[in-house]
Amino acid sequence: MNAMTQSAAKTSTGLLSVIFVALVGATLLFVAGHAQSAALHDAAHDMRHATGFPCH
Amino acid sequence: MIQRMLAGGLVAGFAAGLFAALLHFAFIQELILVGEQYETGAIIHFAETGDSTASHDHAPGEDDEHAHGDSGAEGSAFARNALTVLFTGLIYAAYGLILVAGFALAEHFGRRVEASHGVLWGIAGFASLQLAPAMGLPPELPGTIAAELIQRQVWWLGTILATGAGLALLAFGRGLLPAVIAGALLAAPHVIGAPHPDQYWGVAPPEVGAEFAARVLGVGLAAWAALGWLAARLWSAQS
Repeated sequence: MNAMTQSAAKTSTGLLSVIFVALVGATLLFVAGHAQSAALHDAAHDMRHATGFPCH
Repeated sequence: MIQRMLAGGLVAGFAAGLFAALLHFAFIQELILVGEQYETGAIIHFAETGDSTASHDHAPGEDDEHAHGDSGAEGSAFARNALTVLFTGLIYAAYGLILVAGFALAEHFGRRVEASHGVLWGIAGFASLQLAPAMGLPPELPGTIAAELIQRQVWWLGTILATGAGLALLAFGRGLLPAVIAGALLAAPHVIGAPHPDQYWGVAPPEVGAEFAARVLGVGLAAWAALGWLAARLWSAQS
């Protein structure tokens, strides 16, 4: 029982960490690829064109 | 688990990003600069009517020098290119994190990710994040025209999610039903169709735009393959 509870807890932390890392990646993608602030846009301009991001 | 994902994804991502930046300067940057010259009016498409093919072939090469001079107005070319390297590294770090999250999810469902699977994962990531969106919204050369921004972003994001889910179902699903759903997910964004403008008035030549789009996809494929290759190696070495 204890082992089962532990394994269930491990499974849910596993899934949580997957979601966490995916969210960090998606946030980074959004900030670097889509954020509209002028400074960020100019800095990332060439890369955004070169990855096909619809940013303007 | 989190450290393994963060470390592996970031290291592989930055490394693949540097490779992508190298390819960017080898194949893509010169076309962006040409596009910008049309965008700003430094060169005019159809300026010399009657001899169109010849003049277009000439324009990019001849005016490359000007492009470097022009970009000096907005800040040095060095600073601009350094930022491109930095942001390419960041974007690929983001790709790397999303990819290793995929590895961890697969292992969560009992599918081990071997080093030898890495390139396939990379190609699937490329197909989801670049190729499928590019079929509706081709990478835009500066000086070309596209539909309203927010509509494009919605279609872009939806296409990435549907394609990624479709490919995962196709790869890991068992039986006919997951395959049918996968097919529907892969097709849906293209059946719905990407937003397009009613008419085009881009000032950059379509020939340059076509070469730009093809090179962007080629560079993306190479960099994603490298990303998958490296990320899976790091991942399986840590298990």
